[in-house]
Formats: sequence, structure tokens, C-alpha cells
Amino acid sequence: MCLGIPGEIIEVVAETPDLARVNVVGARRLVNIGLLEGETIEPGDWILIHVGFALSKIDESEAQAALEFLEGIGQAYEEELAAMRASSLN
Amino acid sequence: MTTGQMDHQTEDLHQPPQSDRERQVLDRIEKARKRKPKVREELVTLAHGAGGKASRTLIEAVFVDAFRNPTLEQLEDGASLEVGGARLALTTDSFVVSPLFFPGGNIGDLAVNGTVNDLAMCGAKPLYLSSGFVIEEGFPVANLQRIVASMAAAATTAGVQIVTGDTKVVQRGKGDGCFINTSGVGVLDRPLTLSAGSVQPGDVVIVSGPIGEHGITVLLARGDLDIDADLESDTAPLHELTAGLLDAVGDRVRCLRDATRGGVATICNEVASASGVAIHLDEAAVPVEPVVTGACELLGIDPLYVACEGRMVAVVEAAAADDALVALRRHPLGGRAALIGRVQADPPGIVLLKTAFGGTRIVDLLVGDPLPRIC
Amino acid sequence: MRFVDEFRDADKARALSTQITALAEPGRHYKFMEVCGGHTHTIYKHGLEDYLPESVQLVHGPGCPVCVIPMGRVDDAIAIAKQPDVIMTTFGDMMRVPGGNGSFFDANAAGTDIRMVYSPLDALKVARANPDKRVVFMAIGFETTAPSTAMTVLRAKAEGLENFSIFCNHVTIIPAIKAILDSPDLRLDGFIGPGHVSTVIGCRPYEFITTAYDKPLVCAGFEPLDILQSVYMLMNQLREGRRDVENQYSRVVPWDGNPKALQVIAEVMELRPYFEWRGLGFISQSALRVREEYAAFDAERIFDVPGVRVADPKACQCGEVLKGVLKPWECKVFGTACTPETPIGTCMVSSEGACAAYYNFGRFTRDRITIPLEPVTT
Repeated sequence: MCLGIPGEIIEVVAETPDLARVNVVGARRLVNIGLLEGETIEPGDWILIHVGFALSKIDESEAQAALEFLEGIGQAYEEELAAMRASSLN
Repeated sequence: MTTGQMDHQTEDLHQPPQSDRERQVLDRIEKARKRKPKVREELVTLAHGAGGKASRTLIEAVFVDAFRNPTLEQLEDGASLEVGGARLALTTDSFVVSPLFFPGGNIGDLAVNGTVNDLAMCGAKPLYLSSGFVIEEGFPVANLQRIVASMAAAATTAGVQIVTGDTKVVQRGKGDGCFINTSGVGVLDRPLTLSAGSVQPGDVVIVSGPIGEHGITVLLARGDLDIDADLESDTAPLHELTAGLLDAVGDRVRCLRDATRGGVATICNEVASASGVAIHLDEAAVPVEPVVTGACELLGIDPLYVACEGRMVAVVEAAAADDALVALRRHPLGGRAALIGRVQADPPGIVLLKTAFGGTRIVDLLVGDPLPRIC
Repeated sequence: MRFVDEFRDADKARALSTQITALAEPGRHYKFMEVCGGHTHTIYKHGLEDYLPESVQLVHGPGCPVCVIPMGRVDDAIAIAKQPDVIMTTFGDMMRVPGGNGSFFDANAAGTDIRMVYSPLDALKVARANPDKRVVFMAIGFETTAPSTAMTVLRAKAEGLENFSIFCNHVTIIPAIKAILDSPDLRLDGFIGPGHVSTVIGCRPYEFITTAYDKPLVCAGFEPLDILQSVYMLMNQLREGRRDVENQYSRVVPWDGNPKALQVIAEVMELRPYFEWRGLGFISQSALRVREEYAAFDAERIFDVPGVRVADPKACQCGEVLKGVLKPWECKVFGTACTPETPIGTCMVSSEGACAAYYNFGRFTRDRITIPLEPVTT
């Protein structure tokens, strides 16, 4: 039930602006974007798909921030590993 | 800074520690799983046809129980028989796929390739097929001709002849278009016995190519899901692929299985269970096309359980792994063959998966099928 | 897959794992509840617990909307399906949930027409394609799914469809969390908060947990790194003596939720005065029903629904599992009488049920992933 998957908007269907075609690594489906009324949705945007509806537009800057945080933690970890290895050689 | 908040649930001092208690429960469960299967339902449900736990229970409790004989009880893909000094393999398969026509093939292709493959998995050279049709009143003859033309072409490619058959017609509404059964006979011209029960710790598990393509193709072709993807069924005859493998490393192959209903996960479970070993799979090593991954993620299905119709799983001795991969990759159908797992002694009968994330989980048999009427 | 693969990276997991271990005070045990069934599923599917130190335990919560459906409601749905010319449509998960007299699967074997759909919009398609049939959609789910159901009803109304209705079993998450917090059996240090529910309701509704109950909550995404990061954020809060609602899933969850989604729910549905939750008993203001103005789309008004309350089998301990009091393997019938093939309770049937997740993915003696260094003390 929680199943929500990120997909990329390929096109917004002109005749039915409530519908957009979405691509999930090659699997394509029409999704209802009516719940995102008020947001501009364009090809190239990423949305969260749940049971055939778009629930949310993915905020790419937040995604980037999240990844940078994880990179940072990963970096700190790698540096510690390297430091420990270097110190163990003494 | 708050002081530590200790649990108010105190451990019962007379009980063994938690991890031991959990282990006791797991042991109890393993015993329960080994009990003789009983069919509790009064009516057959779709789960019984899915190739998973419910199917197995039905087969063992109803069919094997009634037909009881040593050959049947082995429950391999085909039966190995001795007839007048010749060693033959015999197999049968029925096809109820819906829709009948899908990208990459149709029920006719499946009907020939499926049975050819079951024979090839026994290590046999496929020779002759029978084909029985149950056709629904009102089914267009043109569609029947298309199906039969596909079967003829598939038979030629596979080097087999369809030598006998049967046709029945049932009233409109009683047959969903067309069902086909094919049975096949092949000759076991190699001095080897392949069996799911012969696998040993140390062996390796190899898959011949990317998984899940047939099942997802058919599911999408049904049209109910409105998902559109550039994907085709992988239906293909595997007789040449297996011949090449057996020529290279024949005496060191434990068993071969084609990954149809229930997918690679089901085969690994059958092997682990038949041989009483554990199979440790590596998720990152399993080849899957991105579009199959995408469709599976959208639908909440695990590609490991999705049917293929032109892929096989080979369990071989570890020392033969490299030669096996070379032999498979030499053939167009085996270009992406990959080593996906290793056999260990513990825990017996269980398939474990090291996830791409690095954690470990079990891969059990499913009860039903996420994808009904795939083949 | 973008926005998915990056959050499944094993190296980053090791790094987070080290940090979490570093934040764990020696001698102290931590219990965090993940509320959503989707989180339970991810945890087991990826083997996430292998990355947590022994002192940090995850407790499974009641956020599995299939798991909390009482047996009587399953019987009600089957009763509707048995009526003439009815096609019942439902998400796949519901097909094997046992009612008092079998599941939807069993009902089909006995002659009903209950079909799996991926989206409520697919149910509309079935209705359009079968004008002589009465199509009912079994609407389940928390606030994540309710807006989609509501939009579908609005669409049915706009198209003037006369043969479509919903059997509304939507439930709301806050009363479930409150029931956990008020339960005397459980001590928790914090919550891994709902992910997709929060895209609809936002993060504010959880604030009472931090103020009235003094526990932190982090809204978490569904990839394994999301959950690990959320545990890290919870540990950090505890270390710093904070009790806040934080949003780890900010790439998807807006702090204020989705106003349009909330508006359509309110348009089509209203809160029931009370509703029975399997294992949690009757909870007031915890579920939705169709408003009077949309009565033409309400299966409970159109069809005769028995509404009989069916008690759970004596052996079933789903309630305690849902409340996090029992781990799945601690249930007396787990794995023996109650298995995925022969389920007694819902926790064993739903793909998000804790028992199903543990049985299908977790049922073996695990070795924790050994991180090769001593934890770093910051």
C-alpha cells in the first residue's frame, strides 16, 4: 500500500491535462496528475507514482541535498578508514 | 541529556536469551515445513496452478499420492525411462497463456519451446513432440493457423518433429480461445544423470541470461495495467545451449532447470530442498534488464519469481564454473550467462539472498503467483 | 533507477551504520517503531537490520492497512461480491486475506468475480466496459491512497457512471499511532514516521508526539538508506536531547502535505465516529466513509452488507504483533499453524505484514555485518 515509485514525466497529454505519460526505466504508463493541481508539471520533472496517481513532485534540490549528506557521511567514513589504516602502519 | 530509559519488560530469568528463543522457533518452523503436505481446500484455486507452494502441495498430496511410482516421485522436469535398452526422456506441458499473442511470440512458440526445453533440461536430445489442442467454439481459424505456423517454425528450429496430435472443440465460453498440451520424447544419449537431488555444497549456480522478460511481457500484453514497454518474450529452444554446455563440462553438471513459472527463485528452492543444501544468491550478480526492473518496481513484484521461457539455471561443480560460463556465452542465447550463487551446507533447504544493499534475506517459495496465466 | 539506486548504496550504508553505532550509549537499548508496513517490508527485503548494532531494535507498527481490516469486513466484501451482477475490484494484497469463511480467492473458486487491479482508475475502466454489471472497488489504505480513491469517485461522477461504487475501508494514521503511544505494554524511544502518508497529511500532524509524549519522529523514505538515515537522525536527536519532527524524506514529502489531496478527501469522504481495527479494537474518528452527497457511489448504501463482527480466531495474535508488543516469531502459531500458505491472520498475508515480511525474508539466524573498525567517538 505504501508502494510509491519515482517516475519521469515524458509528456503531458494536451487533450486531458489531468494525465501525463510517465517513464520508469523504460516501463511507461499514463498517470493521473490531478493531485498536483497548482504545480507546473513538465517533461523531465520527476514525480512519485502511487496506484496510478502522482502524489508529489520530487524536489530535485532536496534529493541532491539528501545525497550530499550521504556522500558526506560516506566521505567521513572513508577518511576515517584511511586514517586508521595509515595509523596502523606505524 | 536524558538518562537511559530502560525497558520495563524484564527478561524472564528462566527463559533462554532472546536469540536462542528465536532459534528454537525457527527450528520448530523447519519441522513444520517438512510435514507431509495436505490439501486443505475443497476447491481448486488459482494458487494451485502457480508453480509455488500451493502447486507443490496439490501435486504431492493428490497426484503423486495416487499415481505413486519411483520415477514420478523424483518430480524432475521430465521422466528418465529405460525402454528396450534405450534411455529416453518423456515430458509433458500444457499452455494456458493469456493473451495468446504477445510481443516476441504466441502460445504456439511456448508450446514447442517449453517441451523442447524440459527435454533438454534432462540432458536429452529432443526428437518428437505430440500436440493436443482444446479450442473454443468461435475461435478464428486464421488465429489457429498463425499459432500452428509458429509451432512448425519453432519445431524446425529445435530440430524436432510434431508426429501426432489431437483436437477437441468445446462450446463458446468453456475454453478461453485455445489451450495446448505438448508431450515430448528425447533420447538420453549422454552417460549422465542430471538431478536436482545431486547438488553438493561448493557447487555454483549459473543463469543463462537476463530474467523476467517473458512474464512481464505477457503481463503487460494483457492490457489491464496500461503499461507500455519495449520488451519481448524470451521464448527460445535451449537444446543447443545445453548441448554446448554438456559437451564442455557434462560430467560436472549437477542439474539443469528452465526458469518458467515461479522463476529463478522457485528453481533454487526446489534444488535446495531436493538436495538438502542451502543456496546463497548474490542479488547484484543476477542479470535483469532495466525495463523489467522498472515494471517490477511499479507493480511491486520481485523479478526473481517472474517466469522466463528461454532461460535456464545450471548447477555445476565449482571447478567447472569458468568453463561452463565460456560454453554458455559462446551461444547467442547465453551471451549474458552469469554466476549468481553458491551452494553451501547450511541452512539446509533454504535459499538466501545477499541484497545489493549488503544485507541478507531469505528467498522462499511463493504461495500463489504474482502473475497468473503466464505460460 | 534514479532516486532509487542512489538510496540503496552499500558503502553509504556502512558509513551510516558506523555513525549509528557511535551514537549508541554503552549499556543503553534503543527501540524505534517503524509505523508503515512499507518500511517493515523494506527493512526485511534488503536485510537492513544487519547494519544496526545489537542495542538498536526496530519494532513493527500497525501501518499496514490490509493487516488492520477485521475479518467481518472481508466477509462483508464477499457478501457484496456474491450479489447478482457484481464485479468486485481490489488491490492484489486483499485476495488472500482470510475472512470468517475464506478469502477473496476462495470466494472466486466458489463463483464470485473478484478481480485484481493496480489502480482505482482501472476499476473505473472495468465499470465502463461492463455497463450491465455493478462494479465495486474495495478501497483500502491510509491517507496515502484515500485521495486516489476520492479522485476516482469524482471522475465517476463527472462521467455520469451509474454502475460504480466503492466499499470504503480507508483508515487514518494518527489514531493508530496514538493507540500505540497510549498502550501500556510498550516502551519506545522514537518513531520512524510514515513516508507516503506524509506526502498527503504533511509533517505537522505528528507534532503532538514530540510535545505530549516526548518522543522524536523522523518521516522516512522507503529505500534502505532512507530508513538507516532516519535511525541516525533519531539517535542524534536523543543524543542532543531534542524531541522534534524531522523530515528525512524531504525530496518527496512537503512539510505542509498536499492541499489538493486533502481537499478531495474532504469533498468525498468524512470520518466515521468509530471503526474496528483488527488487533487494536474500536478506535474513534479513525476511518473514512463516503459522504451523503456521494451516496450513489457508496457500496455500503447500495448493497446489503451483513456488518457482522467476527472475532479473530483464538490462536491469532495479530493484535499484539501490530502493536509491536510481540515480534512475529514470538506469536505462538507463527510458522506452524499460521504460514503464508495457511494464514490465520492478516499479518501473514499482506506484503506489508510484519509476519509475512519476517517469514518470507527474515526467517534465519543472521550474522550482523561486521564493520572493520572501532566506532568513532566524536
